[in-house]
Amino acid sequence: MRAVFAFARREIALAWNSGGPVLGVGFFTAMTVMFPLSLGSSPAALAPVAPGVAWVGLILSSLLSLDRMFERDMESGALDFLALGRTPLELVGLVKCLAHWLTCGVPLSLAAPIASIALGGAPSSAIMLIVCGLVGSLAFALVGGTGAALAISSRRGGVLVALVVLPLLTPPVIFGGAAIERVVGGAPWGAALALLCAYAAAALAGSPFAIAAACRNSLS
Amino acid sequence: MLTRLANPLRFMAFSRWAGPLFSAAAAVLIAAGLWFGFSAPPDYQQGETVRIMFVHVPAAWVALTAYAALGGASFVSLVFRHALADIAARAVAPIGAIFTLMALVTGSFWGRPMWGAWWVWGDARLVSMLVLFLLFVGYLALRASIEDETKAARAAEILAIVGLINLPVIKFSVEWWNTLHQGESLLRKGGPLVASVYLTPLFLMGGGYMAIFAALWLARTRAEVWRRRALTLRDRGAA
Repeated sequence: MRAVFAFARREIALAWNSGGPVLGVGFFTAMTVMFPLSLGSSPAALAPVAPGVAWVGLILSSLLSLDRMFERDMESGALDFLALGRTPLELVGLVKCLAHWLTCGVPLSLAAPIASIALGGAPSSAIMLIVCGLVGSLAFALVGGTGAALAISSRRGGVLVALVVLPLLTPPVIFGGAAIERVVGGAPWGAALALLCAYAAAALAGSPFAIAAACRNSLS
Repeated sequence: MLTRLANPLRFMAFSRWAGPLFSAAAAVLIAAGLWFGFSAPPDYQQGETVRIMFVHVPAAWVALTAYAALGGASFVSLVFRHALADIAARAVAPIGAIFTLMALVTGSFWGRPMWGAWWVWGDARLVSMLVLFLLFVGYLALRASIEDETKAARAAEILAIVGLINLPVIKFSVEWWNTLHQGESLLRKGGPLVASVYLTPLFLMGGGYMAIFAALWLARTRAEVWRRRALTLRDRGAA
């Protein structure tokens, strides 16, 4: 257990120091700026799409640094040692995903309502954006981690991971988007949020096994 | 039956006559389907465009079958480490992608006169077919981007299985999302009941599409078996 905590500290430190939150939130901010520049500055055009834009931006930004998640340890040989150690690779994968979530998903979830309000979105959606962001980015990190583990041996990295992962992320994107939209529209949002949580829980249970299988494959 | 065919030699002997047989069946069924399809009277609501259904709906059936086949073959290959299952999975992916694309394109040709738009986000089936196409593309891209063939095969297998597990969830989520937006769409498909004049060509075309899918799959699998044999021979010659 102590080894797991030490490993978790290492992962968080590595993700934090290699610019995880700055990269993610910086890209998120830059992307948000592009929307008024391309859609026009009138509040009438921006306000209705603002929460949705924040949600899309959160998804795309959380996919940014995924490709380095396993690649770095593969290049340095650390992944071989992790595979040899007593800690199961499933747990290693889970810890890596959680570290990515803490250093990338959580800061992005806190930035999302700011972006939405800055674009003129209804402040009533702020809390829901944070909640959906926290739950959703956990699912993105886990499914994204699976994609990153599958792409370890490839030479393409980032774009490939996004291409592999995005279609799989259709359900959480829909559930989170619906929850936010319903809060703005004053409709009951419980079902949408519950479905998002269910997806994240299923990803939490399932993806460590896919990640471990993918790591073993690329180490073989 | 399947375990018997799992032997590559027996598979090659079987596919040698089964492939042309499926091709012939496809030619007959599609010719008959087209004949009945064009001789059927125009629909009272959809007019002549109803005929697009005969090339569109079977393509969607084949696309779904192909993804199920991809997931199934990947599962067999991953669990039982069977070489032929991996070859079959590799062979079926591009065929599935093409049929999915065909369903999307013919669907949008039908949508233009019927809905007045090439693409309607309010139709759940359209959107889930598009996601299915992206799943095929992701599979092909992952497989192509890893140089080591064994590793590429394993990684692609895991992805195909993950995709197969996710597919019902994606389908559910898109349909759920669609009911959310249903209020604003006045666009519904024509008559609720399909008359038997249309059912006959539809099922004939369905059978024909399935037969040509089987023929193409067998042919691609055979080609891949030959390619691997050639590689083995080359490596042996080099050693």
